[in-house]
Amino acid sequence: MSTALVESPLDASQAVMRQVVPAGEPFTGVLRKGQTLRILDLEGNQAVDTLFYNAHDPEERYSANDTIRAQGNIYLTTGTQLLSSEGRVMLTITADTCGRHDTLGGACSAESNTVRYALDKRHMHSCRDSFLLALAEHDHGMGKRDLSSNINFFMNVPVTPDGELCFADGISAPGRYVELRAEMDVLVLISNCPQLNNPCNAYNPTPVEVLVWDA
Amino acid sequence: MSQLPDASRRLWEERVPGGAHWSWVLRRGTTLRLTDVEGGANVAMLLYSREDTTERYNMADTLKGQHTAFLTRGNVCYSDMGRALCSVTEDTCGWHDTIGGLSNAALVKQKYGEARYQEHRNAYHRNGYDSLVNELGKYGLGRRDVVANLNLFSKVTVNDDGTMVFQPDHSKPGAFIDLRFEMDSLVVLSTCQHPLDPAPAYAPRPVDLMVWRSDPPGPDDPCRNHCEQNRRAFINTERLYPLG
Repeated sequence: MSTALVESPLDASQAVMRQVVPAGEPFTGVLRKGQTLRILDLEGNQAVDTLFYNAHDPEERYSANDTIRAQGNIYLTTGTQLLSSEGRVMLTITADTCGRHDTLGGACSAESNTVRYALDKRHMHSCRDSFLLALAEHDHGMGKRDLSSNINFFMNVPVTPDGELCFADGISAPGRYVELRAEMDVLVLISNCPQLNNPCNAYNPTPVEVLVWDA
Repeated sequence: MSQLPDASRRLWEERVPGGAHWSWVLRRGTTLRLTDVEGGANVAMLLYSREDTTERYNMADTLKGQHTAFLTRGNVCYSDMGRALCSVTEDTCGWHDTIGGLSNAALVKQKYGEARYQEHRNAYHRNGYDSLVNELGKYGLGRRDVVANLNLFSKVTVNDDGTMVFQPDHSKPGAFIDLRFEMDSLVVLSTCQHPLDPAPAYAPRPVDLMVWRSDPPGPDDPCRNHCEQNRRAFINTERLYPLG
């Protein structure tokens, strides 16, 4: 697969939606088939934890395992087809000026922070709290059962040949972005990560911008 | 405990044929040994808290907590609630896959052709995803509950460029893994082939299961002390069972 950086021809002034998502906040929205979503890393190395669901049948959702197995590579970049739990193509990555994105590292949570860092980290804000609140406000009866393995856009989580996994320093930078074309109507669920314990974002969560273009 | 447990501790044994699906509740304080009878087996497995099935094995938390992309002796399967569902107390195989996922109906048909029950009876072709959904349905669970799974006895490595490589001939006849349950857990498994298994034939292999009563993990337990993250996961777990 290509790891070359691929820029987009799309003009931000033609976007039908632009929204800045501050650090620590969720974003939900429906992307219609053919629309393109750009996630723009405004200040660099910001983790954007993202899940996708079939907008008409949310039990069909993004599958990290099927996606990486089908392309035979654990990193997501231009050309990656994001597959659903039913093996269907949900979105295609059409541009990527970062280079690769993680889908094994998951989303931070109060509970995982107690394990990874210290028991008293429980009360810090986390992605899974953002996800849960966003799903509770989204009128689909969705909840924790729907939080499967997510994508971490702009995160660098390498696996070594001998099986070590770590959160490495980011490879993104201010202004880098990833673009995805919806191949079906999808519900987008984003948590702009509030993690303060991890050097991968220089302990400094920052805003991102979400842009949408019509086909 | 690499030796067979004392006969007085053994609770039961059974064989799961290749391509089958199985589920049971394994109680805190019991150990499940899975043995690859013929070599080359694959066991796709998901784990849920029996008390609250929304609490389940979490691939990402398990991997990033222990800085590993695979499981072997000393590792713990974390739930999404920061607790240890089970510990790998023994492992003669050395590597159990956590990232390869499940086969599905389309993949199995493409790789092995169609084989329906009508013509093939119980040798009909099954796949990992449908098998787990099928078993989950017995507990009121379903498609929403299929998360990233374990693939016991399979090895998938990752090259520096991210390429995934299935390692054939990894698990030998008689290889086993012991899972000591730290929580009352619903265990759901399928013995279908690994989705990246390049073997051209549909040939899923059987596994033997043995369950015994095991001692609670002490302060010097190797899985508890494998890393500081595991120590904290055990604290979270034991606070759920303050009375033992």
